[in-house]
Amino acid sequence: MHMSDSREINAPTSEVWAAILNADVLMQCVPGCTEMAGNATDGFDATVVQKVGPVKATFKGHVTLSDMDEPKSLRLAGEGKGGAAGFAKGGADVTLTETENGGTLLQYEVEAKVGGKLAQLGSRIVDGFAKKMADQFFNNFKAAVEGPAEDGDTAEEATGEKKKGWLKRIVS
Amino acid sequence: MPKDHGIGASPKRREDVRFLTGTGNYTDDINVYGQTYVYFLRSDMAHGNIKNIDTAAAAAMSGVVRIFTGADFEGVGGIPCGWQITDVHGEPMQEPAHPVLAIGKVRHVGDPIAAVVAESLEEARNAAEAIEVDIEELPAVVDMKAALEDGATKVHDDLANNLCYEWGFVEDNRAAVDEAIKNAAHVTTLELRNNRLVANPMEPRVALGQYNRADDHSTLHTTSQNPHVIRLLMGAFVLGIPEHKLTVIAPDVGGGFGTKIFHYAEEAFCTFAAKACNRPVKWTSSRSEAFISDAHGRDHVTKIELALDADNNFTALRCDTYANMGAYLSTFASSVPTWLHGTLLAANYKTPLVYTNVKAVFTNTVPVDAYRGAGRPEATFQVERVVDKAARELGVDPIALRRQNFITEFPYATPVAVEYDTGDYNATMDKLEVIADIAGFKARRAESEKKGMLRGFGVNCYIEACGIAPSNLVGQLGARAGLYDAATVRVNATGSISVMVGAHSHGQGHETAFPQVVAEMIGIDESQIDIVHGDTSKVPFGMGTYGSRSLAVCGSAMVRATEKIINKAKKIAAHLLEAADSDIELKDGQFSVAGTDKSVAWGDVTLAAYVPHNYPLEDIEPGLEETAFYDPANFTYPSGAYCCEVELDPETGKVTVERFSAADDFGNIVNPMIVSGQVHGGIGQGIGQALLENAAYDENGQLLSASYMDYAMPRADDVPFYAVDHSACTPCTHNPLGVKGCGEAGAIGSPPAVINAVIDAMQSGGHNVTHIDMPASPSRVWEAMKG
Repeated sequence: MHMSDSREINAPTSEVWAAILNADVLMQCVPGCTEMAGNATDGFDATVVQKVGPVKATFKGHVTLSDMDEPKSLRLAGEGKGGAAGFAKGGADVTLTETENGGTLLQYEVEAKVGGKLAQLGSRIVDGFAKKMADQFFNNFKAAVEGPAEDGDTAEEATGEKKKGWLKRIVS
Repeated sequence: MPKDHGIGASPKRREDVRFLTGTGNYTDDINVYGQTYVYFLRSDMAHGNIKNIDTAAAAAMSGVVRIFTGADFEGVGGIPCGWQITDVHGEPMQEPAHPVLAIGKVRHVGDPIAAVVAESLEEARNAAEAIEVDIEELPAVVDMKAALEDGATKVHDDLANNLCYEWGFVEDNRAAVDEAIKNAAHVTTLELRNNRLVANPMEPRVALGQYNRADDHSTLHTTSQNPHVIRLLMGAFVLGIPEHKLTVIAPDVGGGFGTKIFHYAEEAFCTFAAKACNRPVKWTSSRSEAFISDAHGRDHVTKIELALDADNNFTALRCDTYANMGAYLSTFASSVPTWLHGTLLAANYKTPLVYTNVKAVFTNTVPVDAYRGAGRPEATFQVERVVDKAARELGVDPIALRRQNFITEFPYATPVAVEYDTGDYNATMDKLEVIADIAGFKARRAESEKKGMLRGFGVNCYIEACGIAPSNLVGQLGARAGLYDAATVRVNATGSISVMVGAHSHGQGHETAFPQVVAEMIGIDESQIDIVHGDTSKVPFGMGTYGSRSLAVCGSAMVRATEKIINKAKKIAAHLLEAADSDIELKDGQFSVAGTDKSVAWGDVTLAAYVPHNYPLEDIEPGLEETAFYDPANFTYPSGAYCCEVELDPETGKVTVERFSAADDFGNIVNPMIVSGQVHGGIGQGIGQALLENAAYDENGQLLSASYMDYAMPRADDVPFYAVDHSACTPCTHNPLGVKGCGEAGAIGSPPAVINAVIDAMQSGGHNVTHIDMPASPSRVWEAMKG
């Protein structure tokens, strides 16, 4: 299964880059994530609880980062084992491009596959589910990096301050 | 006036009373003291090296009795294959090891890696989740042609490649067939796929192993079509248990359709583990598990060519088939695309030259083996589709083209090694034209078109080789077993009878039909006769139920044993009547002296046999019990003509079967109602294959259609009311009942009729579609019509 999409994030590429490498940000963004530990060098260990059609499972997985070209692109690869539910594995190539207005265009290409009961019982819904998971993740990620969208017409510099503050808050 | 008892009558099935009132006794209904439960941890990868299995944490969990892995089976035999094929080079097929639990490698999704035996199923399942398995994933081979390419990943590292065998038949005809095709006035070519199916019997597989330390005896209850075969294979080849120390019982079994013929790892496991744990061990398959552990059916990819001369006579047929074996060789897998397929390619026609080449291929998928029809549906589909395509290309009537090429003289030796003893293909076609109201089709098409629907008409013939099988013949062909059958007729003192038969009944109605035969022969009421089957400790021997063989082979053994009973009873009667043996006649349960009014009743004779106060003890033994083994002289050759009418919605591609008619020649018939039911069920499965069912793998070897959400079983509203006729009868010439077998006909004869009708409907709508692969789902039909 292949998916590709993009998000425009209202933050500079350096901040987006930092967020991707941050376990706490990732935990907040991965739908159903109950645990996330690790770092960009050693990879992250994650626990995710999800229901795919009739299959509910706790996935324990490991995510590694590679091909890192700060702050432009990297590759995420991961595999999650869901016990009797089977497994899911995949990779994502993420590219960050600075936009004209100082924001970041995040583009991703995801390749994923599932096995075991997930494939057997959920094959018809896996594609849609994966798309939904990816959408949710990047929407969450956009929100996490940009900070809560309040006072849409606030001055730009104030927004910048707010973002930084929020990121620092969760990193500390 | 139809008969109301004996052969030819249709008494209601006596076994249905218990099946319909919930008093059947299926394997899962059997629970024994101290029973444990096993849960199999199965691979969720299609192919991989097992690096490590850590069971320590799981073994410490609540309720766990013992955890087994492949290492526990290293001194144990593997699951055997019952048929050796010799390839085109005269070499034996490549035969890989098939361990009970995976050793070193997993080769398909569902391959068992470990087995947890625990006090409850929940505890077994929970512990299985805690087993840490480290598998290094390998690329999976799924597509058969890709699997044969140089450098393809090997399913079995110790084999040269993924080719189980390349088989040619008749190899001596190969050049002549090529030549005939080259010189033909017309050649019709068709590439097609016979879709992979999952049998889905109503009752999933179950096994309960027990071990009695007191007498070192193992007992296996299992959902099998042939308990003696399981005893032989498991005892002799896997576990090394001699027959007298092993009992295999297949009690009530809820459908088999072939997939319960085979000896499965779970049966061997439960028997082995019961001894190892000294506790009974039960396994009950879930429906999900059945999809990835029951042998699948079909899965052939074929190119077929039919050569015709300028007068439309068939001159040669060439068939190239790739047959999927899956990851391991199941019990009869190797015989299905070869002897059960190649020998049927003459079909109903006088084609003088036939050659088939079959490449059997290992892939990282569930093993494939016989499924209702086994090789014969594949052959029939190929021939009847290419004949239909030829008729369209030549612009001739498909029925007329078939009639022109029918075999009309019997016995007929085909160019593919079999000899049809009897048949009358024009008679079944005549009958079909009547019951299908073929003359009325045009009017029905006009009605459909008024509604904006397309209507299609498809017809086909079939021939099958049943009554499997003459042992000396199949032995020459590579079978590692004889295929006779056996029956014991035990007459009790007061005249009632228990008949122990080797044929197993799992939906076929033997308990009703078999007594009809014995009752007819003796002239007593059927209620006096019971059938005993499915228990190796009660039945003398048996090769089981498959290949539409029960009545033709086991029924013949029962007839032979009953004849022995009658001969002996006549001697007893002669003694009681003070007459010569040769003067005694048996009619309506009375023995009488010919030409006199002296007679003695059946019950008096049987009583004399067991209370031999006035008895010819110097000449014959007391008691009245006889056993006969019967090995058939030939296969039987049921045949028929089928017709399907479909309506096709051009907006959506949805095909509805509006009418289905079947005219069969099954030889003599014991119970017409049961025969009709068998045909109905077979057609239902054939329509399922043609329009609905498909076991789909993705390129990684994941089975995508592994539940009823994605695997479309036919439902009541997918099938019409059938018109079924079996009056065009040419009795079999070589068995005592003149019967041919009816169990598989519907599944063999129906898929080509359905697809021929779908093609006809599309062409009537102006769509130039010459073939569509099964299942002809709405999306496929719609896509085909869009070109």
